[in-house]
Amino acid sequence: MKVAIVDYKLSNLFSVQHACEYVGMTAEITSSPEKVLNADGVILPGVGAFADAMKNLENFGLLEAIKTFIKSGKPFMGICLGLQLLFSESEEFGTHRGLDIIPGKVVKFPLKNHQAQITKIPQIGWNSINKPHSSPDIWDHTPLTEIKEGELMYFVHSYYVLPEHNKHILTLTTYDGTTYASGILRENVVAFQFHPEKSGPDGVSIYRHWAKNI
Amino acid sequence: MKKGLNIRIIPKLDIKGPNLVKGIHLEGLRVLGKPEDFARHYYQMGADELIYIDVVASLYNRNSLHEIISRTAKEIFIPMTVGGGLRTIDDIKSVLRAGADKVSLNTAAIKNPDIIKEAATIFGSSTITIAIEAIKQPTGEYLAYTDNGREFTGIEVLGWAKRAESLGAGEILLTSIDREGTGKGYDLELVKRIASAVSIPVIACGGAGTLEHIHEVIEKSEADAVAIASMLHYDFVTKNQSSSEYTGEGNTEFLKRKTEIFGKINNIDLNTIKKYLFHHGIPCRYKEIALFP
Repeated sequence: MKVAIVDYKLSNLFSVQHACEYVGMTAEITSSPEKVLNADGVILPGVGAFADAMKNLENFGLLEAIKTFIKSGKPFMGICLGLQLLFSESEEFGTHRGLDIIPGKVVKFPLKNHQAQITKIPQIGWNSINKPHSSPDIWDHTPLTEIKEGELMYFVHSYYVLPEHNKHILTLTTYDGTTYASGILRENVVAFQFHPEKSGPDGVSIYRHWAKNI
Repeated sequence: MKKGLNIRIIPKLDIKGPNLVKGIHLEGLRVLGKPEDFARHYYQMGADELIYIDVVASLYNRNSLHEIISRTAKEIFIPMTVGGGLRTIDDIKSVLRAGADKVSLNTAAIKNPDIIKEAATIFGSSTITIAIEAIKQPTGEYLAYTDNGREFTGIEVLGWAKRAESLGAGEILLTSIDREGTGKGYDLELVKRIASAVSIPVIACGGAGTLEHIHEVIEKSEADAVAIASMLHYDFVTKNQSSSEYTGEGNTEFLKRKTEIFGKINNIDLNTIKKYLFHHGIPCRYKEIALFP
């Protein structure tokens, strides 16, 4: 059970590593494409700007390594910016190409809500995650298997994702009138806009169940 | 009351060397025990975040603060803010590397406001909290202090809060030094004034002694979060048998006697506080089962 936490020099990765170790995984923070390719599971975390992240991933030779790893079918988890990077493109400070694993794009929260009041950006704090109405069983056999509908998770972000296909949506969250995909699932790839490693014992349970696939 | 996200309830842990301490007006510090024990307990009881403040903030103590953070970061999975004596970008980097998610700046920001901008650019606004220690003047005006209310700066609090926001601060930890440790309730006027004037989150701090105090500050101001110390610490000390055998350095007399009850401070655990708020219509992260697994 060797997990590679992808380090592209933009964020604090210790809490991700601590959460992995807490549930019994061996986790190494690494920028090495070889270590990513040889891992049993890969986590792509991240905070910061989309374009900088893509540039750093490319400079470290990590773009191809991540794509190849995902094709292998082994467990892959994206967190926060790591979820957004999986998408086709982002409109954060111009339009930028992403890893294009999940068709769709990354957009900014509207500056004003439906009542024309200013929306506070970034969203920082605890907000609930919900199942898409059409799929009440969708969390079974996923890392969310222990999570209850409407459970609160810890979010810090200004941009959110718009997947092209509803079938890739694992969780929905509403912030100031905007309902968006806060969790994504496509085969071996699972990704969350919130931080499970900052979301208390419920968040830790997501790591615990993800570890079971490794 | 603030519309929107869940109100965060945040235990505040004042640290001196290896110990958790508490005092009145931040003077006359009492040793209460090992910070790790309190932090773990609060996490299990549903704390939404933790704040650690090094109240002595001298450099020779810095290592023990780092050790406390890195030990707790291994088993506590909620955001942790660390402050007290952080002077430079390197100081910030080193507590973030130890496992903190956010830092809280006071003196450094007052002496050099541009550090807010610099730190926000490097680490992101959401990582930078500005701590403001306010004392009400006889004129009714609030002025900012540093060094736990000991050092006068002459800076007016409202203007300073707005300036910190414009420089890129992500949050304000607003402490009333007048109320700190007294159990007389939050300074509503102060919190109202600041929280309605800035659009970044404000954490109300200083004075919580009863459930009603906490409810009141949330309902009557636009505070996004409340920090609580004495109520929770004394509750834990009272219930935790082993703490009376604690022999850390400093003033541990209080722990041995423990009988000393403060008329104004009700000892109440975190889950009971959240239950009360939840049943009084305050959105917060509350679970009916008292203890998380």
